Amino acid sequence: MSVFPYLVAVFIFLAGLYGVVTSTHLIHLVVSLSVAQSSTYVLLLAIGYRHGATAPIFADVPRGTRAVDPVVQALALTDVVVGVTVSALLLALAIEAQKRKQTMNPNELHTMHG
Amino acid sequence: MLVLTGAGAAVLAVTRDPVRLAILSAIYGFVLAVLFTVFQAPDVALSEIAVGAIAYPLVIVVAIAKERE
Amino acid sequence: MRRRQRLLLFGAGALGLGALLVWAAAGLPDFGTQTSAYASLLNHTAVEQRHATNVVAAVVFDYRGFDTMGEELIVLGAVFGVALLLREAREEDVGRPRDDVRGELVGAVGLGAATVALLVGLYVVMHGYITPGGGFQGGVVLASAFALVYMAGGFRSYKRLTPIDAVDAAEGVGAAVFAAIGVIGLALGLAFLANLMPGSLGTAGTLASSGSISILNVGAALEVAAAFVLLFTEFLEELQAERLGLE
Repeated sequence: MSVFPYLVAVFIFLAGLYGVVTSTHLIHLVVSLSVAQSSTYVLLLAIGYRHGATAPIFADVPRGTRAVDPVVQALALTDVVVGVTVSALLLALAIEAQKRKQTMNPNELHTMHG
Repeated sequence: MLVLTGAGAAVLAVTRDPVRLAILSAIYGFVLAVLFTVFQAPDVALSEIAVGAIAYPLVIVVAIAKERE
Repeated sequence: MRRRQRLLLFGAGALGLGALLVWAAAGLPDFGTQTSAYASLLNHTAVEQRHATNVVAAVVFDYRGFDTMGEELIVLGAVFGVALLLREAREEDVGRPRDDVRGELVGAVGLGAATVALLVGLYVVMHGYITPGGGFQGGVVLASAFALVYMAGGFRSYKRLTPIDAVDAAEGVGAAVFAAIGVIGLALGLAFLANLMPGSLGTAGTLASSGSISILNVGAALEVAAAFVLLFTEFLEELQAERLGLE
C-alpha cells in the first residue's frame, strides 16, 4: 500500500496522544508528547520522498541528480532541536511540581490553590 | 522500518516506569534517525541522533533523580 | 473525571480523529511519486544561486531564514523558561561544588571523548553548507562535549568550563547575530535576511562560499550550543543542590 508511511505517522500520533491521556506520571506524559511530535517529522519527510532519489546535498554527486525535497528537511531539522528544548522546559515544570506537591502523578495535581 | 518505528512509538506510550522510559526513548530516537536516513534526509538524522542520544536522556535522568528525592 | 470515562471519551475522539486522518492520508498521492515544484526548482538552482552544496542548509538559512529565526526565538524562550523556573526556586547559592571522586581512567577517557566531540561539533558546524550538518546539529554536538566533561570530570570541572554569565551572553549573541544580519539586509534596501554577499559568493564546495549563510550558520550554532549548555547547567545544578541536601 503506497500510503503506508502516512498511516504510520497517523498511528504514531495517536499512540502519543493515548500516552498523554492515560498517563500517570509526568515524565511519561512529556515523553508521549514528544512521540506525538515525532509523528510530524515522519509525515513531513515521507511527503518529501521520491523513489530512487538521493539526499539534496550536491557535494559529491553531479548537480542534476534527482534529489528529495529539501524544504521539508529544513523544517524537520530545526523542529527536532526545538522540540527537545521545549520538552526540557516541560520537564523543568515537572521538577517544580515534584518539589511543591511531592508527586509526579498528573491526576493528583489538578487542584489549584489560590 | 516504518513498522519498527510504529512499534517503538506504541511501546513508549505504554511504558510507565521512568527509568525504562529514559533508555527506551533513546532507542526510539535511534530508530527514528535510521528511518530518516532511509528517507534520504541525513541532516535531520544528524539532528535526531545528537538530540536523542545526549540531550534527551540527560534531562530525563535528572527529572528521575529529582523524583527520587 | 474518572479514568474509565476519560478512556472512553478518548477512544471516541481518537476513532473520529483517526478516521479523518486516515481518510486524509488515503487522499495523498502515492508515497515517493509526487514532488512539489518548489522542491525541484530549489534542487536545480540553489547551488548556482547560493554556491552552497548543502541545499537543505541553504533553505534553512537563506530561502527560509525567517522560519529559522522564529525557531531560534522558541529556543531562547524555552531556555528562559527553564532558567526562570529552576533558578528562582533554588533559594540558596549552591556554593563551592563538592568534587566527585572519579577514577583516573574515566577522567582520561572522558577528556578524550570530549575533545573528539568538540572537534566533530566544530567540523559539523563549519561544513554545514557543504556536507550534511549545519548550525543546529553542530551546536548540539558542541554542547554534548561539555556534557561529556561533566560525566567524566565531575561537577566542578564542568562548572569551571561553563561560567553562567559567559554562556548567557553567548546565547544572546548568537540570536543577535541572526537578527542583526536580517536587519542589515533591511537597512541596505534588500529583503529581510537577504544574502548579503550576492556578488562574491565564492566557489561552491569550499569553506569560503555562500555568503551570509555561513555567518548565520555560526550564529545558530552558537545559540543552540549555549542554549543546551544552559539547559544542562540548570538541570545539573538541581542534581547538585539535591545532593548537598539544600532542599
